Amino acid sequence: MSTAATEHLDVAHGGIPAGKEHIYAQAPVLSARNLVITFGRVVGLDGVDLDLYPGEILAVIGDNGAGKSTLIKCLTGAYVPDSGTITMNGQPVSFRKPQDARDAGIETVYQQLAVIPALDIASNLYLGREERRKGPLGSVLRMLDKKGMEHRAGESVQNLGIQTIQNMGQAVETLSGGQRQAVAVARAAAFGSRVVVLDEPTAALGVKESGMVLDMVKQLRDKGLSVILISHNMPHVWEVADRIHIQRLGGRAGVITPETHDMGEGVAIMTGAKKLAAPA
Amino acid sequence: MRTTSRASRALVCAVAASTALTLAACNRSSDSESGGDGEAAVGVALITKDSTNPFFVAMQEGAKADATKNNVKLTVASGKQEGDDQGQITAIEDAIARGDKGILITPMSTGVNAAIKKARDAGLYVIALDTPPDPADTVDITFATDNREAGKLIGQWAATQMAGKPATIALLDLFADKIVSVDYNRDQGFLEGMGIPVNDPKKNGDEAKTGKYSAAGGGDYTIVCNEAANGAEDGGRTAMEKCLAKNPNINLVYTLNEPTAVGANAALKAANKTAVIVSVDGGCAGVKSVTDGVIGATSQQYPLKMATQGMEAIAKVARGGEKPTPDAGLDFKNTGVALVTDKAADGVESITSEEGSKICWGN
Amino acid sequence: MSTDVTSAAAEFARRQQSPLQRVQHQLHRRPWLSPLFLLVAAFIGFFIATPTFLTPNSMGILLQQTAIVAALAVGQTLIILTAGIDLSVGAIMVLSMMVMATLAKDDGMPGILALLIGVALAVGAGFLNGLLVTRINLPPFIVTLGTLSIFTAIALLYSGGSSIQAEHLPRLLNFLGEGFGIGEFRITWGIVVVILIYAVMAYVLSQTAWGRYVYAVGDDPESARLSGVPSKRVLLAVYTVAGLVYGLAAWILIGRAGAATPNAVPDANLQSITAVVIGGTSLFGGRGRLIGTLIGALIVQTLQFGLSQMGVDQQWRVLATGILVIVAVAIDQWIRKVKS
Repeated sequence: MSTAATEHLDVAHGGIPAGKEHIYAQAPVLSARNLVITFGRVVGLDGVDLDLYPGEILAVIGDNGAGKSTLIKCLTGAYVPDSGTITMNGQPVSFRKPQDARDAGIETVYQQLAVIPALDIASNLYLGREERRKGPLGSVLRMLDKKGMEHRAGESVQNLGIQTIQNMGQAVETLSGGQRQAVAVARAAAFGSRVVVLDEPTAALGVKESGMVLDMVKQLRDKGLSVILISHNMPHVWEVADRIHIQRLGGRAGVITPETHDMGEGVAIMTGAKKLAAPA
Repeated sequence: MRTTSRASRALVCAVAASTALTLAACNRSSDSESGGDGEAAVGVALITKDSTNPFFVAMQEGAKADATKNNVKLTVASGKQEGDDQGQITAIEDAIARGDKGILITPMSTGVNAAIKKARDAGLYVIALDTPPDPADTVDITFATDNREAGKLIGQWAATQMAGKPATIALLDLFADKIVSVDYNRDQGFLEGMGIPVNDPKKNGDEAKTGKYSAAGGGDYTIVCNEAANGAEDGGRTAMEKCLAKNPNINLVYTLNEPTAVGANAALKAANKTAVIVSVDGGCAGVKSVTDGVIGATSQQYPLKMATQGMEAIAKVARGGEKPTPDAGLDFKNTGVALVTDKAADGVESITSEEGSKICWGN
Repeated sequence: MSTDVTSAAAEFARRQQSPLQRVQHQLHRRPWLSPLFLLVAAFIGFFIATPTFLTPNSMGILLQQTAIVAALAVGQTLIILTAGIDLSVGAIMVLSMMVMATLAKDDGMPGILALLIGVALAVGAGFLNGLLVTRINLPPFIVTLGTLSIFTAIALLYSGGSSIQAEHLPRLLNFLGEGFGIGEFRITWGIVVVILIYAVMAYVLSQTAWGRYVYAVGDDPESARLSGVPSKRVLLAVYTVAGLVYGLAAWILIGRAGAATPNAVPDANLQSITAVVIGGTSLFGGRGRLIGTLIGALIVQTLQFGLSQMGVDQQWRVLATGILVIVAVAIDQWIRKVKS
């Protein structure tokens, strides 16, 4: 396969991981067709397609400026594409703002995490969707159900198997980088009913903490959620991804699986040194 | 290294905890000293408008120097700046709580009247200094200089300097935004001294802008401006610059006080102009300005007398003595005024700057 | 297994702490403890130093003297929590006060109507600050520096620069200066209103979602927005609520001063900021408690009042306040350095 400098790799698009064929027999949970977005004269996305199936981890890789983040922002409502369609479970959707995507069941863990350091873990988990006390305390006096939220936050964190965080009343600023990432992922997991998008979740972490986060990503998939993982770190991608969507120059260069292609080939496709054959 | 940083942390804590205690301890010892002799010390509070104006500083220092002589325990307080009514109200309440027998106050405005009433209701003898409050019976008595008279003196003197020539006048007042008696009494007194008819004698700036002055032979006058200088050098300079911009031919400048005059002079110098400047207060710096020829004449007042006489009066009342009474024809006790100039004019009584410098206040 | 290891390590780390570090850790969790400690120390100091300090009468006066700045500092705390600052506090209060008094005196308006219009105007002034901050995206410092002058000028122009005595005003406007005594200890209704303001706002900040948004917006506005917090709406509301508080402070001030004066409390902005800072609220936003602000306001006034009762002259009191600010903030910085 890797006979050095051949221009084309004779492997088709859309490889399906062995043993998981049943997943790809279903309809995709999230599907984008021919997305185009331009910023002035700069073309951000040039007709990108993307399919995400239930219960898979789809990694998105690509060089800087290839359009990874732009693609993700279009899918999560941070940007509105100029043209193209996005469907969820076959229904066309239109996200005008992040809240729209969130309401549709897509949760995003941003690279900057979007956690508030001064607030405690439970408050962060429920930020923007606080739950109030039952009865007049909640409806008239708008009192928050602090105990309940703390309790459920603890469960969410436990569900992800995060053992190093015990006290939900702890301020996020006292946590390590990996623990903060865990809080952000736990938030996405707790509220993402269908899709969780993670933007470079291991970029700022050490080896041990990265391992912890990757474990969590796998657990999300095992709970039946679909995950989009954006990463620069090829070993991490090859470790957890079911399929790998490769962005190049604003378009989709192809979709491969870790079983069919090795990292070197992935990087070669990403940089344009090699190309995938046209889809069969 | 670690120990040093810990030590310094501990130090910070210690400083914090003991700030109050230390200050407390210092003062406590001085308390017991003053309580030493047979007769109990009388508590008196001196509350000025601020603690930066040399006039008030002199008042504070003079009173402090005389306090022990009268066996008075004097506490000095003031507003933070002109206009800080709340600062004076707080100081009055503090004096009541402290159990002082009397208060000497230069009232900021009518805003402090209610607090003064509270003090008098609590049995304190309240003397207003320098400025009578409005109404004057808000306090027990006022010890003041006659600001109207002070204004008249410089007005009369200014008219002799004009000697029939047209007078182009700039009036540099205290405030634009509030009305206080010292402001209109000096300004309107000055105009009266010049023989310019004033309209409402308690309102600056409502007189005719042009007309004839009648004193010292009389002549034409033009009032170029009423500008507020807030009683300070920078305000005086800014105000004078504005006036000169309106009319560069100003030849007579009335200033509320000497710091204003110094500022006005700086503006005149910068514009390469000369004018006769008159002022009120007679502080040592002001008298020096007369010697130097910057100020033509100033009405000298005696704030030290106000404060010390006031303090003596309170001490006397507190020890069962008789209460002071206002001077005849005035609603306050006059502590005197004298015109200081080195160009004595006929018909206007004056003292020289050398004489003035011997009895001046401040430095 | 791994749980055991980590908790053992945590236990080990805990044992490594010196007593001082443990104090530091406690203070970090409750940042208002250190100003409270200062306040208690000041009370003890003054109690020893002067017999007229810790008397019912003096305590009543101390509370009355603290009331205005304490009220203003509530609005200032809200704004500083969002990483803003309000230089126009005093100007809004004075404008509101002059409008209330002038409407009642010159236009013969019933007290309740004059009061409502005055408070509404303060709310509007706060709303204007908020609009300029959120819609035109100007820094709060600049916005309120500008509106400080604007509101001051309007107050002076409207009132003609003269003060209005209490006897010309309807009783309602003076009402907060009245009160009741428990023996010598006199409480004005103004103090009661201040306590109510604190109670309500402390509840809102700690128990409602909006309160959390205030902290979130102040700590990291972009993260708050991405988390679904309506940042701009929260900011706008903060400035508007602050305006409401200033309007109530105006009412309290009329009662306290016995007059409405256009030059009242000239350095209200600095005084309120001082109370907030001493109370342990970070000027960078997102951190602080309202209870700290109340303690901060009390400390400043206690120091001023206590020193005055000892017969210490004004200049020294100002000096002491300056030292207090630096010491309080130095302690605060030290507490914040705590490692997790």
